[in-house]
Amino acid sequence: MDTKVQHESAAPMIELRGISKSFGPVQANKNINLKVNKGSIHGIVGENGAGKSTLMSILYGFYKSDLGEIYINGEHINITDSHVAIEAGIGMVHQHFKLVENFTVLENVILGTENSFLINPALNNARVLLSDLASTYSLEVNPDALIEDLSVGHQQRVEILKALYRQADILILDEPTGVLTPAEADHLFNILRNLSKEGKTIILITHKLKEIMSVTDTVSVMRRGEMTATLETSKTNPQELAELMVGRSVLLRVEKDATEVGDKSLEVHNLSVTDKRGVTALKNVSFHVRKGEILGIAGVAGNGQTELLEALGGISPATGTMKIDGEEIALHGKGSDARSRREYGVSHVPEDRQKLGLILDFFAWENIAFGYHHKDEFNKNWLLMDNGKTREIAREEMAKFDIRPPTPNNLVKNFSGGNQQKIVLARELEQHPKVLIVGQPTRGVDIGAIEFIHQKIIDLRDKGVAILLVSVELDEIFSLSDRVAVLFDGKIIGERITEETNESELGLLMAGIEDGSGEQPVMESIA
Amino acid sequence: MDYLTIIQILDSMLRLSAPLIFACLAGLFSERSGIFDIGLEGKMLASAFFSAAVAAATGSVWLGLMAGLTASMILAAIHGFASITFQGNQLISGVAINFLASGMTALIGQNWFRLGGRTPSLSGDGRFLPIEFPFAESIGKIPFLGPIYSELLSGHTILVYVALLTVPFTWWLLFKTRFGLRLRAVGENPEAVDTGGVSVSFLRYRAVLICGLLCGLGGAYLATGMAAGFIRDMTAGKGFIALAALIFAKWRPAYALYACLLFGFLEAIAIRYQNITIEGVGTIPVQFMQALPYILTIVILAGLVGKAIPPKAGGEPYVKER
Repeated sequence: MDTKVQHESAAPMIELRGISKSFGPVQANKNINLKVNKGSIHGIVGENGAGKSTLMSILYGFYKSDLGEIYINGEHINITDSHVAIEAGIGMVHQHFKLVENFTVLENVILGTENSFLINPALNNARVLLSDLASTYSLEVNPDALIEDLSVGHQQRVEILKALYRQADILILDEPTGVLTPAEADHLFNILRNLSKEGKTIILITHKLKEIMSVTDTVSVMRRGEMTATLETSKTNPQELAELMVGRSVLLRVEKDATEVGDKSLEVHNLSVTDKRGVTALKNVSFHVRKGEILGIAGVAGNGQTELLEALGGISPATGTMKIDGEEIALHGKGSDARSRREYGVSHVPEDRQKLGLILDFFAWENIAFGYHHKDEFNKNWLLMDNGKTREIAREEMAKFDIRPPTPNNLVKNFSGGNQQKIVLARELEQHPKVLIVGQPTRGVDIGAIEFIHQKIIDLRDKGVAILLVSVELDEIFSLSDRVAVLFDGKIIGERITEETNESELGLLMAGIEDGSGEQPVMESIA
Repeated sequence: MDYLTIIQILDSMLRLSAPLIFACLAGLFSERSGIFDIGLEGKMLASAFFSAAVAAATGSVWLGLMAGLTASMILAAIHGFASITFQGNQLISGVAINFLASGMTALIGQNWFRLGGRTPSLSGDGRFLPIEFPFAESIGKIPFLGPIYSELLSGHTILVYVALLTVPFTWWLLFKTRFGLRLRAVGENPEAVDTGGVSVSFLRYRAVLICGLLCGLGGAYLATGMAAGFIRDMTAGKGFIALAALIFAKWRPAYALYACLLFGFLEAIAIRYQNITIEGVGTIPVQFMQALPYILTIVILAGLVGKAIPPKAGGEPYVKER
């Protein structure tokens, strides 16, 4: 059957007309118009805060738009709440899964659509339907497993199954690959292609341009609440999309020259961490970083990255040895805390800047001094701090790091994610560290600021600082690091020179598959 | 200690556990839905007062029960209003309800009856009377099993049987019905319920009102079944003991029954044996025996009986994130 002809004659599956939405003074969506055809995969890209998620939440009935109309399959529908959206055949897979963790898969699937007072009929019905769906779309998952026992990839399948169980014809996926390994992401894209072949309409929200290029038919770009363009994917390219997102030309990959690497600056040997529940989070991790070198730690979130950062940053205790320029420093007990790390010249940009890096209800100038506030430059004498001078220092650093607005007397919570991150970077880099430990430097940061932050990290490396970069974004690892180590299940499962490896090789390592080629570990060959 | 004494202690255990079972299940409904409720005590007290007052005035215990349930459910609705609609702090709202009930019952009681906060003693149709099971007299003569029927099971007021039946009913409602599935879900992850197209607020209001209803039954039983009238602050911490039992029971209906029976048992022992003399140790004072339920409460709340994981979304008002 030639469905293509049908598509063009019929009304679009989804049509948005003049959607606007404000939260107080912030206009999240401004007069958005969009048409998506049945059976197509439509991508929506945009920076953080561009209004993508708000728009989809309106379509799913989570928020109500101030103005505008929604047509589903040519029919005007007033989506007042999620119930109406579900009735209209819209299903949504949220970025943060909306699952009840101590429920089984089946219980989660039927929740909200039980159809009868007793739940047993629905459970039985779902069990049959799930096995059908599993074979049709390769969405296998054990129906009796508890959600908390499933991997993230499987939890996501449950979310998709939930939508399909509600007979969704339209599936909205919000940043679905953020928590997946490359292999899991590929599997997801295959599922999406199958779904679209069966006539489901799919909207994919993402900030990863590569995903847009590989899986979508059409793509819309959002910027500051407006939809700036809708294009056919085959007629565009990542560069164009990035420029539409940011509103100016951007470098997708930072320029990086080879540098002379120096002596080993940071050496870590047999680092192990056991968390409070007695679970071993890191097992005998060893690596080193030389002066003027960036070592990237890749891996899927939750494989020990947090523990590694906290152990090195002096936040939580560990065993093993850690040396800075040959001098051993304590990993637990006395002398192992965040301040003494800084005394040794180790700066730490934590992965969760809002929790560990900043105090959101304090001013920018106060945050600029945190952690170094005992130093002479911020104090008048032994008793009094020099607030005036601290404000001046903050003003200078904020200008230097292009932090907007450049006003020290502004609460940190009023800055955007990118600017908050720049405040942390300004504080840590201006102390001229010997070693920089940085976790997820661009998480939740917009493209324009990513470019700036990456450039700052490269500049620091060129000045001879040893940098440990922990990131779950493989693209970031590739564009910044000189060497890559992959963390899996608390162990370093492999190490490669960035230029000599590729995404599929690292992807296998991230999934825990060690290669059997018997190659010499890279670490040995350059040590 | 002979066999009949044991049966009699167990009999008074059932009698003393009933208000705890009501309050504990009340808390279970509320907390399973994500609304913490330390106002169980206040709701029981209000129900105890109004049931006794109306029963005294009208001579009908059933009208009294209706009044008690209404009072308790009004307080429950206030708690729901504060913590669901206005997203206030659930602990503070609960404390406020306890103070409100304690002060209000004493004040109104004095104003109406001039008996120092008491209500007049109830008699006849003004209170719930024991129900004798058929043939209790003759079956009681059967050795061993007979007394279980005639002494232990027979001879309680209707509310004791209601309390015991509420336990399996709660289990069935929670684990076998749509309402129960949603109720358990909303206490764990309200977003899952919301995105499933189900109203979080409506679910929680229903849970809170069920909580009010059960507290009301517990309170009415105290004043019109167990005692014959209302006395100032007669709940004496039962609402808090019920909360401890709920934690002990890890928010499960069957365990809640066992926990409440344990507390009831301790109370029954304290009433039966005013002074226990143990050879070579001396006499255990009655005050110690009476304090036992409260000591056990502290032990449980201090987490000395293993880890109890409360419903994950408990205590947090549900606010849609942007």
